[in-house]
Order: sequence, then C-alpha cells, then structure tokens
Amino acid sequence: MEKLFLTPLYDEHTKLGANMIPFAGFKMPIVYTSMIEEHMAVRDHAGIFDVSHMGEIEITGKDALAFTDYLIANRLSDANDGDIKYSPLLYSDGGEVDDLLAYKIDSEHVLLVVNASNVDKDFDHILSVKESRPDLECKIVNISSEWGQVAFQGPKAEDVLQKIASGDLSQLKVFTFTKMDVAGVQTVISRTGYTGEDGFEILAKNTSITTVWSAILKAGSTEGVLPCGLGSRDTLRFEAFLWLYGNDIDKTTNPIEAGQGFAVKLDKDFVGAETCRKAKENGITRKLVGFEIEGKMIPRHGYIIYSDGKEIGQVTSGSFCPKTQKVCAVGYIKKELSKIGTKVTIKVRSKDVSATIVKKPFYKGTSGRSDRR
Amino acid sequence: MSDIRIDVLYTKNDEWVKVENDIATIGITDYAQSHLGDIVFVEPCEEGQEIKKNDVLTTVESVKSAADIYSPISGVVTEFNASIDEEADIMNKEPFDGGWICKMKITNPDDLKDLLSPDQYRAAKVD
Repeated sequence: MEKLFLTPLYDEHTKLGANMIPFAGFKMPIVYTSMIEEHMAVRDHAGIFDVSHMGEIEITGKDALAFTDYLIANRLSDANDGDIKYSPLLYSDGGEVDDLLAYKIDSEHVLLVVNASNVDKDFDHILSVKESRPDLECKIVNISSEWGQVAFQGPKAEDVLQKIASGDLSQLKVFTFTKMDVAGVQTVISRTGYTGEDGFEILAKNTSITTVWSAILKAGSTEGVLPCGLGSRDTLRFEAFLWLYGNDIDKTTNPIEAGQGFAVKLDKDFVGAETCRKAKENGITRKLVGFEIEGKMIPRHGYIIYSDGKEIGQVTSGSFCPKTQKVCAVGYIKKELSKIGTKVTIKVRSKDVSATIVKKPFYKGTSGRSDRR
Repeated sequence: MSDIRIDVLYTKNDEWVKVENDIATIGITDYAQSHLGDIVFVEPCEEGQEIKKNDVLTTVESVKSAADIYSPISGVVTEFNASIDEEADIMNKEPFDGGWICKMKITNPDDLKDLLSPDQYRAAKVD
C-alpha cells in the first residue's frame, strides 16, 4: 500500500479517538464522534478542522501579479494587499484544473491555497503555464509541506478565537487575511471558509500548528466547540452549496455552467478564457442546480436525472442535510430544464425518486457565498 | 472497542442473528454501525417477501454512503422494524436492541450452522 503522509496534528486526532481514513495521500480524520453532531456544532456554535493537507503554492517576483492574473480566472491585480480571491484554475480548453484561494500578500508576492488532492497536478500545470509566458518574471514554489492549517468555523468562532488572538478580529473583513499571533504562535489568519458559516482559516508552520489547535479547543471548551472531521466538512460545504472539486467540478466542466461566473473576469486574458467567453456569448447547454428530494433515499455522485423518461443530467453530489433535515442533491441538467420549481426524477439504485429544483444554497449560514468574490 | 453480545450469532459481514424457535431477528453489529456512521435511512423490507441467503435484505444509507445488507440466512420476512423507518439512527444508538432490522421465518435451519459464535466473531474482528 502507498505510504500515507501524516499531518502535524495526527497525534491529536488519535488522542481524540478519531476515525482515520486515507484521503488525498494523507491519513485524515473523517469523524471524531458523529458527523451530524459535528455538523450541528459548526452551525450552532463552532468547530475546528485540520486542513493541513491543503496545498500552498507561492508565486514571487516582479510580475507575480501579472502572472497570477493570466493563470487564474479571477483578477488579483486590482486587489489590496491582504485581500483574498476565490478562483477557478483552468486548462486552456476551459476545463477546471482546481478551485483555489489566491492571497495577495503584496505586489510581488502571491500565495495560492489549493485542494490537497490536486497539489502536484496544480503545481505542474502552473509551471507549464509559466513556460508559455517567459516574458513574465516570477518564481513558483510548492511550499505545501512546510505549513499546517486549521479551519475554525461557526457563529461563535470570532468570540472564541479573540480570547487567544493578539489582534482585533472584528476588523478582519470577509475574504481578507492578516498576520496575527494565536496562543503566542505566528500565524496568517483569513476570514474565509468552506462551511457557509462565518469563520477563519489559520496557517501556521508545521512545528507550531498543534499549539493553535489545542488552544482553540481549550478556549472553546465551554462554548460547544468540537473537533470536526472531513465527513462534516463535506456535509457543511454541501448544505452551503459550495463546490467540491472532483465531484461538482472537474476537467470536463467549465466555470460558467458550474455557476462560478462571479469569479471569472472576461475583460482580461487568462488560460481558458476563450471557452468562458463562448459560454457567456452563446449560452451554456447545461447548468449546475440544486434539488430537494422527496423521501429519504440519497442520490449520490453519478446517479442519472430523468424528465419524461429521458436522461437530462447527472448528480454530482448528494447528502442528507443535518441542519434542514432534508435530502438534497446537486447536479448538471439541461439548461432549458433548469428553472427553479421544475420536477425531475432521479434513479437511486433501482428506485425512481422525485426531486424538485430549488434555490441555492440549501442553507444560508452566517457567511453568505455572495461574499466569495 | 465495539460491543459484542453473547446471545446472538454473527456473520463475517457484521450482521447478527438472534434465533427464537423458528424465527430469526436480524440486525447489524455495533462494529458495523460505527463504521457506517450516522444512519439516516433504511430501505424497508416487505413482509411476506422470500429471501435467499446472501440476497440483499436491505440497503442502509448513512450520511457518507449506502451499504447493502446481505441476508445471513434464507427465510420469509415476517416483520420490518417500524422504529427504524421513523428514526433510522436508533441503529447507531442500539444496534443490538431497538435497532434490529427485521424478523424472518427460518426456511433452511442448516444456514444457522454457517454463522459465527460470539467468540469466533470477536476473533475475526481482531486483525
């Protein structure tokens, strides 16, 4: 069997009795006690996730910003220092390599935080894009193995974190970051997340991330804060209608049909722009929508969607939603059938299940996805 | 360590069978429920349905996955547990008690010989 990496927090997870699974080459906690309990802790109080498996790629040099603008679909060059942009990363045919967060540290320094399962692929892609632009001067380094990261999410996250943070967190706006000490440790804190709730993502060196993790759990022990695994991370992002690379987006989907148009700046040149422009001008043939399911059977990735007995699309994600207590699904269906209120049928194993297209997100938490710009 | 009851028989697929006269009650073990995680739905089996050993008895949906449960024996379903239809998570809370799946009239008593004793099951779970 392939050797799995351990995050710096591995010992903490085993002490807490987590159920560990292989994920993206790492041994990661999927659940500590119950996915539903962990999900509800984040919705009602706060929860902390080990996301040290995420990748960090640094772009530095005179043309770091110009190169980033050419590399990603969103625009970073007009952002302020300390701003973060969500962006699709595209192949030249418009298919998605990954989705990521781009941190503007200063005009010559950009940090990309990318999905764990895509780090090597992203890094190779970025290097090949760089080769095609010898006119732009910058250096690209994969620094993933040096950094640990935790996500601390939920309506109580700010109050709890404030107890152990050196700066004023109320001044940290959504989609910005700053350097701050947490429990005496130097960190980079951003007001971002993947749960639909207000919260923070905190980067610290491998050697000190454990101090941050333990201090947050201690500070939150009387506030209902729980350690949360990848299972609830997935149900939370799903309920908030946030994309999961590999499920809802991949190299066969483009950001316009995925509903990520807000993060695609067509008035600049970037890898994959042509496909996005065509999709905008000529219209898209399919669209990613959300469904509410009748009954309790859960449509999963790859299940087929029908209308009048004809195949009209495919499910990309499906789950029971612990907060709304409903079963929902996300999938691509033909554009002309994508209106809210449309009834469809989804084949769940051998049974036909009725579903209705509903507004997204399935649940709106304390941080709206409208902020994901 | 997961709970192993001494008054039932087991399969290596983590089902348990409790035999009373010619009726068998079937459920999944504590080990199985803890690996499935939060259970949200169990496909009801129909009363009167004839099931052969190793046929799919039901499908259990947890938050993360759907798992087929194979019948440990041949029989005719006499009762599906209505409680798990209402609150599927009782299978997490009480896998050996309130969380049983169905009762079945045993049609081939020889099937019982293939089931594991509690000690054999315990040994099979220790890698």
